[in-house]
Amino acid sequence: MSRAETAAQPPDAAEAEQAPAPAPRAPRLVWSLGLFRSELVTVFRRWRTLALFAVLAGVPLLVGIAVRIETRDGGSVGGGGPNGGDGPAFIEQVSNNGLFLTFASLAATLPFFLPMAIGVVAGDSVAGEAAGGTLRYLLVAPAGRTRLLLAKYASVLAFCLAATLVVTVSALIVGFALFPVGDVTLLSGTTISLSDGMLRCLLIAVLVAASLIGIGALGLFISTLTDSGIGAMAATVGLLITVQIIDNIPQLHALQPYLFPHYWLSFADILRDPVTWTGIGKNLGLQALYAAVFGSAAWARFTSRDVTA
Amino acid sequence: MAPIQPAQPEQYPDFPDADEPGGGRRRRAVRYAVPVAVAGVAAATISLVPALADTGSPSLPSITAEQLLTKIAASDTQTLSGSVKISTDLGLPSALSGGAASSLFSGAGGSGEGSGHDGKTSAAAPQSRLPQLLAGSHTLHVAVDGPDRQKVSIIETAAEYSLIHNGTEVWGYDSASNQAYHATAPKDAGRDSGKQQRPEDFPATPQAAAKEIIEAADGTAAITVDGTARVAGRSAYQLVVTPQKADRTTVGAIRIAVDSKTGVPLKFTLSPKGGGKAIVDIGFTKVGFGKPSASTFTFTPPKGTKVTEAGQGSDVVTKGPKGFDGFNGVTGLTGANGAGKGAEPTVIGSGWDSIAVIKAPGGLPSGAEKNGRGGDASSLLDSFGKHVSGKFGSGTVFHTRLVNALVTDDGTVYVGAVTQSALTDAANAAAK
Repeated sequence: MSRAETAAQPPDAAEAEQAPAPAPRAPRLVWSLGLFRSELVTVFRRWRTLALFAVLAGVPLLVGIAVRIETRDGGSVGGGGPNGGDGPAFIEQVSNNGLFLTFASLAATLPFFLPMAIGVVAGDSVAGEAAGGTLRYLLVAPAGRTRLLLAKYASVLAFCLAATLVVTVSALIVGFALFPVGDVTLLSGTTISLSDGMLRCLLIAVLVAASLIGIGALGLFISTLTDSGIGAMAATVGLLITVQIIDNIPQLHALQPYLFPHYWLSFADILRDPVTWTGIGKNLGLQALYAAVFGSAAWARFTSRDVTA
Repeated sequence: MAPIQPAQPEQYPDFPDADEPGGGRRRRAVRYAVPVAVAGVAAATISLVPALADTGSPSLPSITAEQLLTKIAASDTQTLSGSVKISTDLGLPSALSGGAASSLFSGAGGSGEGSGHDGKTSAAAPQSRLPQLLAGSHTLHVAVDGPDRQKVSIIETAAEYSLIHNGTEVWGYDSASNQAYHATAPKDAGRDSGKQQRPEDFPATPQAAAKEIIEAADGTAAITVDGTARVAGRSAYQLVVTPQKADRTTVGAIRIAVDSKTGVPLKFTLSPKGGGKAIVDIGFTKVGFGKPSASTFTFTPPKGTKVTEAGQGSDVVTKGPKGFDGFNGVTGLTGANGAGKGAEPTVIGSGWDSIAVIKAPGGLPSGAEKNGRGGDASSLLDSFGKHVSGKFGSGTVFHTRLVNALVTDDGTVYVGAVTQSALTDAANAAAK
């Protein structure tokens, strides 16, 4: 939430300069907050959102049960071969330490499940209102289009965080219930205490949520282009799949550092000793860039378009 | 219903946030200029910043090559940690990375490491992991605390392979497969020669690489100081080693960047004689000379981890990297295994032009002997080897940008960092 508020500040300041007669600060802030709160309620009170959460919560459960069944007779996940580890990242460690289920689940949901959920929510945010005929009523309220857009983006970001936390919490519960839990051996072989491991787990959850900033802005931009909510969702998710495919074609390696999912798995660097921040920094920078480019594109489109529905 | 226009300034004059009048196309174009400008600035920053960061040679007092070598030798840096980037471009077919390539070159090259390649190793054993450094680009994390404690980690996506030496213990840990490898080192080995203690056939730190080169270059190469460079944010002298009295070697020049303060080699580059991209490029991208924390070097295998003890390797079922099973046969075909176990290599020539000759006992195994698997391997060998003939009979030349090898049909292997014609000449001379 605090991120949403800080995100709303700079554009407000910029607009104050253009304004013919600056209004008192307090009412505007109340307006922004009220708008954000109503957007938040719109997003989170939908059945669709709850269904998305249920799907996301189900992934760790499925992974956990599958690992549990496969390792119940003492075998390892990869069948015990010396070259195991072909599955998702961290899956080998899950049966020995339940905390790794969190990392495995985040690594498994980050490529598609999580961004798909974000794509649905972000793609629907403006186009859905336009399709339902409610956008014009929102605009009748004297909030201004820029502020409405910021409130919408803030609620999408809140959904990013919530969706990631749903996966994390579900994985923690399943992991602690099904597997032994103890000191955490990092990727580098160093052992840290469980509480330290939980701390890193929280940091990873925040990083994964931040990894979704880019696709959120992209979805919002696509959403301002059309009046069809389904179309915007499909376009966003389709774009995600296309980009993920391009990111896996070795011949296109020159392009890949500019694709928003390219550094997503960098969250695993938190589990190294020492932590390498290079990849994480690149990921966050890229997400900020996507947010700036597509956020401003969404603003350019939304503030200059005719709303007919 | 009339469309709701973007602007309602007349209706809500009290709300400055209400947008300005639409104003037609110009205003619209101005708004779209914002995302374009953001993207443009970002693109310019991305392309310019790395270019600027690497340029510029720091001004340092001039120094002779001898002084610089002394600086390196006198360097008493015992502790360091940092990230190392290794790029190797041997010009191998891309399919031939990893174990097969390494046994081909380290084993057949007569370095005596061949005995380690018995083809039955755990995923966490160093000999099954370090050869991957021979192809492509890798990032390592290195931590050193005196001769007794070192750690090298190969950074992979969401995984890591670490090799930890702590006193008498050597641990390998592969996080992707959650397997560990354990060996016990002789007590005083670390003190006698810290370099040999590293269970690697490839110099992983610039320090080790530089020392080896300078020993090899003694008397046969020109060693000069060529300007300065900035490596990992530190000012460094550039030491250049150029082969002399050697016209048949493939080695063009070796460049070592030496930290001006500590005398620690920070970057090692091996360029081919023909020009082009460096064959081997090992350099720190980040380096610090503080003492790494003690916990860096302690490793306790996590619960449930499969630990392979050194020497028990053959008990472990081998399942080579996917699709590379056939390459176990490659080592046999080139005689690398035979070299490691049986015949000692002899050396023709001296200095850079030297060629190692290995007589594999029993000659070249045919495809039939290798029952199918070997057949695949030999056809694959043909695909990247070149058939040659001469006074020595006929054989196959395997070409890389650094090392060339000639395997004659009677099973003799000629190998060296020399041109292909030097190999055939040597074989012809031996046939006389």
